[in-house]
Amino acid sequence: MAKSSTKPSTHHYDAIVVGGGHNGLTNAAYLAKSGLRTLLLERRTFVGGAAITEELHPGFSFTTFSYALSLIRPEIVQELDLVKHGFMPLYMRSSFAPMDNGDYLITGPDREENLNEIRRHSRADADAMERFEFDLSRVQQFVKPLFDNMAPNIFSGAPEDQEQVAWMLKHLGSAPPKVVHDTVRLLFGSIADFVEDYFESEIVKASLASPAIVGAKLGPMSPGSGLVFLYLAMGEHDGALGAWSFHKGGNGGFTQVLARAAQSFGCEIRLDSAVSHVVTSGGRATGVVLEDGTEFTAPVVVSALDPRRTFTELVDPLELPTDLVDAIRRYRFTGMASKVNFALDGPPVYPGLEGRTDHYQGFINVAPTIEYVERAWDTAKYGWYSERPYLDCSIQSFIDPDMAPPGKHVMSCFTQYTPYHLKHPDGTPANWDDERDNLGDVVQRTLAGFFPGFDDLVLHREVVTPLDIERTTGLSEGNIYAGEFLAQQMYFFRPAPGYSDYRTPIEGYYQCGSGTHPGGCVIGAPGRFASQQVVKDLAAKGAKKG
Amino acid sequence: MRIKTTPFYPRLVELNHTGLWSHWAGHLSATRYDFSAKYEYFGVRNAAAYFDASPLFKFWIRGRDAEHFLARAMARDVRSLKPGRAQYTVWCDDEGFVMEDGVLFRHAADEFMLTAAEPNLSHLRTLARGKQVEIVEVSEDYAVLALQGPRSRAILEPLAPEIADLSYFSFTPAKVAGHPVTISRTGFTGDLGYELMIPSDDALDVLDALIEAGEPHQLRPFGEEALNMARIEAGLPLIGAEFTSARYAYNDAERFTPTELGLGWLLRGIDDDSRPFVGRTAIRRELADKTSRWATVGIAVDQAAYFELFDSHGVIPVMDEIPVPWETMLYDDSGERAGYATSLMYSPMVQRYIGIARVRPELAAPGGTVHVEETVNHEYLTVPAEITSLPFFNPERKLA
Repeated sequence: MAKSSTKPSTHHYDAIVVGGGHNGLTNAAYLAKSGLRTLLLERRTFVGGAAITEELHPGFSFTTFSYALSLIRPEIVQELDLVKHGFMPLYMRSSFAPMDNGDYLITGPDREENLNEIRRHSRADADAMERFEFDLSRVQQFVKPLFDNMAPNIFSGAPEDQEQVAWMLKHLGSAPPKVVHDTVRLLFGSIADFVEDYFESEIVKASLASPAIVGAKLGPMSPGSGLVFLYLAMGEHDGALGAWSFHKGGNGGFTQVLARAAQSFGCEIRLDSAVSHVVTSGGRATGVVLEDGTEFTAPVVVSALDPRRTFTELVDPLELPTDLVDAIRRYRFTGMASKVNFALDGPPVYPGLEGRTDHYQGFINVAPTIEYVERAWDTAKYGWYSERPYLDCSIQSFIDPDMAPPGKHVMSCFTQYTPYHLKHPDGTPANWDDERDNLGDVVQRTLAGFFPGFDDLVLHREVVTPLDIERTTGLSEGNIYAGEFLAQQMYFFRPAPGYSDYRTPIEGYYQCGSGTHPGGCVIGAPGRFASQQVVKDLAAKGAKKG
Repeated sequence: MRIKTTPFYPRLVELNHTGLWSHWAGHLSATRYDFSAKYEYFGVRNAAAYFDASPLFKFWIRGRDAEHFLARAMARDVRSLKPGRAQYTVWCDDEGFVMEDGVLFRHAADEFMLTAAEPNLSHLRTLARGKQVEIVEVSEDYAVLALQGPRSRAILEPLAPEIADLSYFSFTPAKVAGHPVTISRTGFTGDLGYELMIPSDDALDVLDALIEAGEPHQLRPFGEEALNMARIEAGLPLIGAEFTSARYAYNDAERFTPTELGLGWLLRGIDDDSRPFVGRTAIRRELADKTSRWATVGIAVDQAAYFELFDSHGVIPVMDEIPVPWETMLYDDSGERAGYATSLMYSPMVQRYIGIARVRPELAAPGGTVHVEETVNHEYLTVPAEITSLPFFNPERKLA
């Protein structure tokens, strides 16, 4: 595990990055690579933020929060030479969706086998799947350049911004009408409507549609759910669009790789260093002060925290324009997701698939129908958590045997819906500290419903509520994306209209967290783009001086 | 008449979910067992996996003159090989061109086992004429199972404690499931791994014991595709891909010297006049006159340029980890032929397209650039690649 770098000989740096999550690490690595003396400050005793792996039960490694990789930009892997530092995304081979009637849908790496499996549920859905995947790939191809570039500032008249706006408009006008229309249907419509257009089988529809609500305060029938679906589909693993991988040692393994890469470029990492606030002088950032009073100075300070903390906690909002502070106040963070992680004595058994484990080589998607997920959402709309939650599970020790002792397993269960602002169905207040164990029971009961005998396998259980996510990682309201995925909070609106270019109104103060474009998920792009902005600004400043 | 099967076949046919087999030395050999070769490949790189290498040709070479004979027949000096040790080797023709490669196991001062991918009995016996050496082909007598991957030791050691301290390219007699076997710390994957040579009649018992011991370790079988992926990352040449046997080449363009194949390291001690091996004179001349036509290098494609090439043509780039079964042309910066890639694949471990390539010797320094031919929209275009050393992947555990 990456240790604190040797004691800093000085308290002055070229750049300070606040927060050692994956975007902070990415940003710091790029800044150090560009030649800046860079210091990364992390509040906890290890880096990773929400991308960590912890041995919470002897021999069992848990991905406490985020649990798979897809969106990490391939250019980051190349530019930071991550393979040299141990980057190893393992192949998630299959997807398993149990059904209420004991049937199931298993998909895997082979196209023809998948079509055979889908045909068991609906003959028409087999070629519908081909059409769906092709149409989706056209949308992915169309959206990718927007995703892979900084968002243009449409509110600025500056020539370089107008050039970017012109590029964007030209790109938007370049695609066939159907592709543009499909994109808009996904961005603003519901995923349920989108898949209904292709499929008739409930399990096929639910398997495709349910990921659309991951981390969202939406049901699959809510308009806007298509956006989350599209966002998550923008990932890739080894060139396979929408495919996911599991990093060796979990996402904590991945952030350790990033830390080693950053240190190899000369970045200093200081752990146990909670930042109290950013020091400003005359509208410029000049450094940071830790909670213990230690000061570090630098002309560049980058916040990898979420927008609420970046603009209302690390700096005094009174130093910022009112429109920005207002926009950040409105910026929605509601956490809806929890994690329940299990240490298991052996693999769960699905009736009818006894003796088989090939269906455990990827995700287990507990969402038998779209209605199942929508009803889970119904409860949460009014503040209570789902009695039969949507679960996105993975028995990660099947993908990386080093996650658990031989023959034993760890199972990560992403759980939804569990609203951060909790209240009982009768309207009386409730809090997560009281409900944590009950939530664990709900998840366990749901799993036992599909995998009889599941309870007997459980050696250890870890329940991570939205409140725990907030407390441990600092993500406001436990929102896993550092800001909900809503059209009005994406692209040039992320995190606020006119402030999507990683700069802030305070000179020398930058933002690089998941709350900036194209953040959310383990993607790294905000950290990379922010570093480019810093380097560009320093070059311009140097040119002016020179 | 039906194609032959190996002693492991009764179990492997149950495990081959794809029904895909190829023919190797007249035997069925699984292309892949799982629907994904990449899944099997990750067995090798992250857990453990086994490959049925039984179709290998196996020769006992015994007798008073065995060492003397092999020292002359093989390009690599066998004389320092100690009993219980194995070595990778090649043998050449008189002109110093590589005929084939194989692994030589020294069981005793006067007893060796040679494994090779092609039949060689006539060739070896012809060279051995008049010597006190007996050469017997025993290919069908033994099954060979390669158990490879970071978990291979943890699986094998409880069954065969003899391997606890077995060093790279050493071997030991052992007993697995009550049957005598020979276990070597060898393989074709560039990873930690072992190969078991098992009397054919005992093969299934031993395999079953391994499968049972491997169950908690995610042990899985792997086929030729995954093997090919792993060996390219390991930079190991494959007959039929990197070279053809000089025996059956119709012209010198199809023949290669050890140096040209990147195997110059086998020639250590070539100036020692006490060992006049087949091809030595020609090879010494090649080295002295610097007449090697090729250097073997790694190439690693610039992934950003690869994406850009396809994106700019409106095509979604594909990362294909299954090695392409043909040569890919390489050009230098001025558009002249630089050479060709003999193996090319997307490596999930390196996260780039990588290849084993032959380039003009002056282009061989790592860090240089060649341009790899790619067909996009029915047009020959190129994408830059960096010249690298081999192997691409060389984990510490391989030797540890």
